[in-house]
Amino acid sequence: MWILGTYNYWIFITLMMIGLYIVIVRGNLVKKIIGLNIFQSSVFLFFISVGKISDGTAPIILHDGGEAIYSNPLPHVLILTAIVVAVSTSALALSLIVRIHESYGTIQEDLIREAERAP
Amino acid sequence: MLALVVTWAAFAISLVLLFQVLNDGPIRYFFGGWAPPWGIEYRIDALNGFVLVIVGFVSAAVLLFAGPSVGKEIREGHQHLFYAMVMLLLAGLYGMAITGDAFNVFVFLEIASLASYALIAMGKDRRALTAAFQYLVLGTVGATFFLIGIGLLYAMTGTLNMVDMAERIHGIHGSRTVLTAFAFLTVGIALKAAVFPMHYWLPGAYAYAPSVVSALLAGTATKVAVYLLLRFIMIFGADFAYVALPLGATLTVLAAVGILIASSSAILQNDAKRLLAFSSVAHLGYIILGIGLGNDTGVTGGILHMFNHALAKGAVFLAMGAVMLQIGTTHINRLQGLGRVMPWTMAGFTAAGLSLIGVPLTAGFVSKWYIVTAAIDRGWWPLVLVMVASSILAVFYIWRIIDAVYFSAPGPGAENVKEAPMTMLAALWMLAGASVYFGIDSSFPASVASKAAAIVLAQMP
Amino acid sequence: MNESWIIGAALVTPLLAMVGIGVFRQRPNAREAASLVAGIVLFGLAAWLVPGVADGDRPELILYEFLPGISLGFRVEPLGLGFALIASFLWVITTLYSIGYMRAHNASNQTRFYLFFALSLGAVSGAAFAANLVTLYVFYEALTLATIPLVTHSGGEASRRAGRVYVGLLLGTSLTMMLIAIAWIWTLTGTTEFVAGGVFTEGGTLKFGITPGILAALLVLMVLGTGKAGLMPFHRWLPAAMVAPTPVSALLHAVAVVKLGVFTVLKVTIYTFGIETLSSFGIGRALMYLAAFTLIAAGIFALREDNLKRRLAYSTISQLAYIVLGAMLVTKVGAIAGGMHITAHAFAKITLFFCAGAVMVTLHKTKVSEMNGVGRNMPITMTAFLVASLSVAGLPFTGGFWGKWYLALGALETDQIVMFWVILAGSLLSLGYLLPPAVRAFYGGPKGADQPPMTLAGEARWPMVTAITVTAVISVLLFFAAEPIFGFLDTIDFRGR
Repeated sequence: MWILGTYNYWIFITLMMIGLYIVIVRGNLVKKIIGLNIFQSSVFLFFISVGKISDGTAPIILHDGGEAIYSNPLPHVLILTAIVVAVSTSALALSLIVRIHESYGTIQEDLIREAERAP
Repeated sequence: MLALVVTWAAFAISLVLLFQVLNDGPIRYFFGGWAPPWGIEYRIDALNGFVLVIVGFVSAAVLLFAGPSVGKEIREGHQHLFYAMVMLLLAGLYGMAITGDAFNVFVFLEIASLASYALIAMGKDRRALTAAFQYLVLGTVGATFFLIGIGLLYAMTGTLNMVDMAERIHGIHGSRTVLTAFAFLTVGIALKAAVFPMHYWLPGAYAYAPSVVSALLAGTATKVAVYLLLRFIMIFGADFAYVALPLGATLTVLAAVGILIASSSAILQNDAKRLLAFSSVAHLGYIILGIGLGNDTGVTGGILHMFNHALAKGAVFLAMGAVMLQIGTTHINRLQGLGRVMPWTMAGFTAAGLSLIGVPLTAGFVSKWYIVTAAIDRGWWPLVLVMVASSILAVFYIWRIIDAVYFSAPGPGAENVKEAPMTMLAALWMLAGASVYFGIDSSFPASVASKAAAIVLAQMP
Repeated sequence: MNESWIIGAALVTPLLAMVGIGVFRQRPNAREAASLVAGIVLFGLAAWLVPGVADGDRPELILYEFLPGISLGFRVEPLGLGFALIASFLWVITTLYSIGYMRAHNASNQTRFYLFFALSLGAVSGAAFAANLVTLYVFYEALTLATIPLVTHSGGEASRRAGRVYVGLLLGTSLTMMLIAIAWIWTLTGTTEFVAGGVFTEGGTLKFGITPGILAALLVLMVLGTGKAGLMPFHRWLPAAMVAPTPVSALLHAVAVVKLGVFTVLKVTIYTFGIETLSSFGIGRALMYLAAFTLIAAGIFALREDNLKRRLAYSTISQLAYIVLGAMLVTKVGAIAGGMHITAHAFAKITLFFCAGAVMVTLHKTKVSEMNGVGRNMPITMTAFLVASLSVAGLPFTGGFWGKWYLALGALETDQIVMFWVILAGSLLSLGYLLPPAVRAFYGGPKGADQPPMTLAGEARWPMVTAITVTAVISVLLFFAAEPIFGFLDTIDFRGR
């Protein structure tokens, strides 16, 4: 039973592993970035899922001023920041890939390595 | 110009802050007036005060040096972008060192990292692009691990403020989550600090980046990453890190292996900058070794070496920058006979090189002494042998450059080479001279390092 | 109080000399004068300290805390003062010789030469007066670095290779073994000071839980780590360094560098380990055998060398081994004998090197086999060579006699009969490799009608000849000065608490 209860952790781990696998194994630079993004997204999902409280609602003051159970807003804030960071990283990475393509004519890692060894 | 003024101002401020901290105790600043633990707090004590000064000193020297070197190595239209990126990098590094909030560290870490990826990619050689890309991928993985660690810690303690976290962690040391958090944090930081075996990105990055960037990064970025490690050891508690977990053993073994492999690789390199990059990995190993020893002397030695290595490595990279300016390459075969035509540059290189070897009367000797005596104290003799062997290896790789520079006949075209411009020499000698000065009289850095070590080891049983 | 100033002045003088040499670099006479004056001043300062030290004073100058708990400091005692006296005196003489040699050879980069000479002498002064191991280590390394430009002075491929061997062996031994020894001693005992009677014992028992095994290991590390003492297998830098100009070989490799090596061994034996301590635990035996082996083996190598300077280099290795042997006999007599031999050998060996240089510059001959008849052209030089050879061999009426005598006495005193025979065999060997050049010089060459007349006209330039004569005469005079020297060295406090 506990497996189902902790399903967010399992998803997190699976996505993280997939992401890392892509980063390490795939030779195409764009694919590496995709893998990186998957990896980062898994972390985001993990954080947010941890912040959710059962039956919790958005952390906004209710009309009638009563007590409410609310989900923790802090992880959301942190993850927003982290998403921004991830987006900028991806942007930088993609621009680097464009420059690499201009320079080497390819974005396959093994071909690039060959070209570097050549001169 | 503006960049130069700003870096010098920042350096001055960092010195003021350090002195204030040494006299009065930690300084705290609440961002936006929100008191912790709700708001973000900036907290400076002897440990990060020292780091601030390191960053300040190196960046001041490098920016003084930058003008002509940047002119030669970076494309015309991009130079203002270069300076902007450097400012961003420094903002990130200073931020990492100053902040007292764990997530804030992550933000500044990424700011600094992104800036450094961009800076490295500005190198002339196209391999700079792939080096930057590789660093980006590895660095992001590392930062994300770091983020996971922070997240787990937040989940367990409910706070992000470092001091608060340190208090709250106390009761829950044994829990698996905390252990996992520690593991993720350590691996993430280790990637950024180029601890063996996660040093893979460093040689490429330092070798192909513009010389100014290499000098700046070598002297600052990795040191700040090590600082993070120290800060988290402090947060978790030294007794937890060293006694409950085998942090000491793990770090020292990895460091020792890294030192030997990196030093040996350095000897085999044909490009001076790549050689110095491997040397940086080796010296980071010294720092990690000192920290891993876990006793007062060892951690003091490690922290002191952060300072000494930043000075020495900054100086040698600046020297290579001057060489790059004058002859357009740093390949060892092309350095022949430069000792004659660029005497001041090469003298500065020699002085800093001696500090890297650890010859007495240079700063490198003092930190080496601390670490060696700490290792003997602990009875870990293999480490003593590693330290000593790496000094010999350092003699070999420094001698390779000195041999080419002073003892080889000048190659063709060497007659046209002139000495580097005055500002570059001044900057180079700022760092090289400091290497020698603090080798003769190390009382100030040593006392600060010792206080910093005390903070880290505060809870050692 | 006064005397601290003298120590400070002694350390500063070579640095001032460097300034003078730099300032006068365009004016050779002024430049050389700066060097000479500095040497005379240094000698004078050292001589000033002699009466006090002979009386038992130990003037000191402690500078500041260099490492936690360890200060950079200086304390004058007989052995170090003797070393400083020899070094400064011979600095003056060598400068005189160099004037003749470098100008005859029309050597390049003379300013650099005198500059680093002065720096080397500065390092020697610092080391001679060092009050603790760390200070000694600092100046020991400084000397290695200061002499690199001198050893590689000639430039060219041979110099490069020599430089590599020199740096590799010297830094290799000191950065590893010596540093470990010093750091270990510090961790064990909490001090690196030179103390009468050594730092390891109190009232005859070892302190700090140190076992004789650890003591032995420390001694081995320290002595083997002193690459400058030329013990095998770390001796190769000496012959390699012979590519340097002769004044460099003479001062550095007959006096400064090598004597610093054996001085270190003696000083550490007496003041860090303690003669009594070592002998009561029977430590030092293995190193003694190593020294004996080096003595004989180097002597044999010398026999086989045809290049005169290299032959002298191997002779130096052999003679240095005598001193290490004396130290490792761990008796008072052995140690004093070592000190006396430092003095005698310095003067004798420098004479030999001076002669070799004079012959090279004047007649362009470097091999023993070419020495036939040289004595007829350069009678003063070759007579000096003969006299110095006899001193090295330790024959009576030469300075080298007393050192050997007391060494032999020390060997008999400690029942080391084998060592006794080794000492005698060494003397025979030295006659074997040093007499042939002298004999060939006078008796070789064409005979009868073809024999050219003996003339003074072919001698080297006067500065060189003067230097040679002075050192050769002193080599003889030292025979008669044995008693004061012995008495001076005897004031060393071997016992301590």
